Amino acid sequence: MDRETQAEAIREATAAMADRMAAEKSALTELDSAIGDADHGANMNRGFQAALERLEDADDDPAELVKTVGVALVSEVGGAAGPLYGGSLMKASGEFEDGITAESSVAFAERYLETLEERGKASVGDKTMVDAVTPAVHTYRKAIEVDDSDPLEALGKAVDAAERGVAFTTPIRAKKGRASYLGWRSVGHQDPGATSTLYLLEELLAVAEEYLNGDVEVDAEADVDPEELEEPALEDGADGGP
Amino acid sequence: MVGIVVVSHSRRAAEGIREIAREMGGDARIEAVGGTEDGRVGTTPGPIREAIDAVAGDGGGVVVLVDLGSAVMNAELAIEEADATEAVVADAPVLEGALNAAVAATSPTATVEAVREAAEEAAEVSKL
Repeated sequence: MDRETQAEAIREATAAMADRMAAEKSALTELDSAIGDADHGANMNRGFQAALERLEDADDDPAELVKTVGVALVSEVGGAAGPLYGGSLMKASGEFEDGITAESSVAFAERYLETLEERGKASVGDKTMVDAVTPAVHTYRKAIEVDDSDPLEALGKAVDAAERGVAFTTPIRAKKGRASYLGWRSVGHQDPGATSTLYLLEELLAVAEEYLNGDVEVDAEADVDPEELEEPALEDGADGGP
Repeated sequence: MVGIVVVSHSRRAAEGIREIAREMGGDARIEAVGGTEDGRVGTTPGPIREAIDAVAGDGGGVVVLVDLGSAVMNAELAIEEADATEAVVADAPVLEGALNAAVAATSPTATVEAVREAAEEAAEVSKL
């Protein structure tokens, strides 16, 4: 896939993510009102709308486009989801300097996770985005490097892994994010940030399918769209709260 | 002089904390930042960065006091993007830490490290 097509895919993925955030606004806010400050849906929706607007003036460069989305989320989201999603995208976008390939997408995913953990000081089991992103990133990397999956197949496996990670957040007690203030009362509620991460990854996968497999002619080896894969991985410390 | 930035999810809380800190450290250079740019409860890195650059004026460095989780993350992001040569987040309760920091910053020999340490000592104080 040439850079123009990659850029187009990134724009398309961002648009799909923005649509999904708009559609899930109430659902995310409902999750967040149980264990957070009830703003995650509205925050994510506002952030992705801003990202779409900013992309209109951005150059067709993959790294630059992903960075632009990150900057928009950082400044518009407002809760912890802003620095977590946005900051991680900004950092990871550098991996796409030479375009999106299977290799650079693995690097992007890993950098995203690393930045997320560092910024949120969260680990697996804290009931945050990290619980969705970690299995997704590890699965993606293993699929590419060990199982020899093509990027699309790897991304599909990563989304499945993220889904299991989201389910895992329900029975556990929050140790990070606004939900941690509730202690044991956070048990039994699904984490909003992990959930929005999964939604974003699902949209990334849908757009990747279109570009790597479907209507748009591309050589599937060359580029995946993995970046978007990571995008959804943002964490948001549990709920977009503090 | 070491500058101080107070970051809260609420602008009024940040300004109130500055008001209290100034009672003891009247000459300290303190900026109060809070809320999102459209007036909701929350924090964003842009205004924090501007506050850091504003109090960093003479290059003396900046200590940032924060309240809850996203304030910490946004302060860290702001520091990465700020021009200030030396800016750190203090791991301290925001109000007591700001007060300690304001007093420490008025010392003629104050350094960023000393002000940060003074702020962090507030975490050790037992109230009862």
